Amino acid sequence: MGVGIEVRGLKAWYGKSLALKDIDMSVPANHVTAVIGPSGCGKSTFVRCLNRMHETIPEAHAEGEVKVGDIEVYGDGTDPVDVRRKIGMVFQKPNPFPTMSIYDNVAAGLRLNGFHNRKQMNELVERSLKLSALWEEVKDALHKQSGASLSGGQQQRLCIARALAVEPDVLLMDEPASALDPISTSKIEELIFQLKQHYTVVIVTHNMQQAARVAEFTGFFLMGSLIEFDKTEKIFTTPADKRTEDYITGRFG
Amino acid sequence: MPDPGKSRSSKLSAWRKLANVGATLFAVTSAVLVLVPLLAIFIYLLIKGVGAINWAFLTQTPKPVGEPGGGMANAMVGSGLILLIASTIGIPTGIGCGIFLAEYGRNRFGDFVRFTADVLNGVPSIVIGIVAYSLVVLRQKHFSAYSGGLALGIMMVPTVARATEEMLLMVPNSIREAALGLGIPKWRTTLSITLRTASAGVITGCMLAFARVAGETAPLLFTAFGNQYWNLNPNQPTAALPLQVFVYAISPFDEWHRQAWAGALILIVMIVVAVAAVRIVTSRGMLKGAS
Repeated sequence: MGVGIEVRGLKAWYGKSLALKDIDMSVPANHVTAVIGPSGCGKSTFVRCLNRMHETIPEAHAEGEVKVGDIEVYGDGTDPVDVRRKIGMVFQKPNPFPTMSIYDNVAAGLRLNGFHNRKQMNELVERSLKLSALWEEVKDALHKQSGASLSGGQQQRLCIARALAVEPDVLLMDEPASALDPISTSKIEELIFQLKQHYTVVIVTHNMQQAARVAEFTGFFLMGSLIEFDKTEKIFTTPADKRTEDYITGRFG
Repeated sequence: MPDPGKSRSSKLSAWRKLANVGATLFAVTSAVLVLVPLLAIFIYLLIKGVGAINWAFLTQTPKPVGEPGGGMANAMVGSGLILLIASTIGIPTGIGCGIFLAEYGRNRFGDFVRFTADVLNGVPSIVIGIVAYSLVVLRQKHFSAYSGGLALGIMMVPTVARATEEMLLMVPNSIREAALGLGIPKWRTTLSITLRTASAGVITGCMLAFARVAGETAPLLFTAFGNQYWNLNPNQPTAALPLQVFVYAISPFDEWHRQAWAGALILIVMIVVAVAAVRIVTSRGMLKGAS
């Protein structure tokens, strides 16, 4: 089941430049939350801070309070590796492991974390591929074909399956459909809608229609600050802040 | 009225076609020129050497001076033994060093290691032989396959290390991020994801280093030393094909000259077979569509 995310006073830096200024946000469990904003507003940085992927970039660091379920993400003694096992991530460009078969791609997270029960592994791989709506298309080629041989849209669903296989509580998606065609995009969007039954989903998107279609809550970022966070409906019909209104009506960004 | 634009474009297209043909010809000629020395050497070796290859040559040890016949079987096995020792030392060290350079070496110390590896690559092989001589032979007070293997192993390290580094750097960062995002620890990501993705190139680098040291003679002169008899004990003086070829080639006997040619041919065949075998074995596991 999904868990909620509480963010208090989150700041993030790239070297000396401050990319996120004091973010407070409460992401509800088992809902889809969209993060929108113009390029460079910090929306990707924000989700990368939630599973401590931000600090894998040289000279980048973050501080503040992030609570995902009962995990203090930036608590003393919290291992980022443990955090990332609980918080799955899907990236902008599909990035399957090119030398691995479809099966091995999905099983990678389990296997490399020391999980070796073959029968359970088979079940988890099948379940994950079914959840990501890829099972029917690949079930006959699981071991024969490389993950890289699939189409872009299929690759992205494979990456979603790979993230789901380690059974996270939260799924972060960083513009998961921006490199895909409209048909693949709509498949991914449908999938996101299904996923919220089991997971808390946070999706970064620069496509406002997409946010309106898939998300129940939306946060609007501008220049490293969270300008407004509310129900998607409210953000898109009666935003409280002038800047949000300007952005969603296409006056800038 | 003639269209000036059209005549200009047709002139341009004629020039482009000419330039295209010229560039293609240049590329093809260069490729052929690269093949010429390799083929010439191989054909010359075949002509000179194939006559002396017979069952005795492949199964017997050298005969004393003056006696006809004999072979280089002990040198072939000895070369295999020395190269095995060299690969056991050189490949893991080189790959480890390459991993360090690619994944943790974006700093001063990394630059220093990189520079050292490049310098080591340029050190004359006989100097490496002296190093192995003083490290192992002087201490043990006898020649051995170990010391020869150490000398060749040291020579393999910089080639393997730089090839591994280059190949790891070619793996897109998004692959590393995907693995880290799954909660896979950094060391595991490097070994099981990044290195695996780069494996084809890393193996090529290892084979290149292997082929290069397989023909080395100088560093073996005072380490493995050579041996007229069968020896499978790596702690004893051991025969090696390049050594045997060297000794036979500078001898005054026609029979030995013929055997030297045959030995050189066998050496090249051994290298080609080893490289091909590794390629076949490693490509068998490759998947459809994997790059």
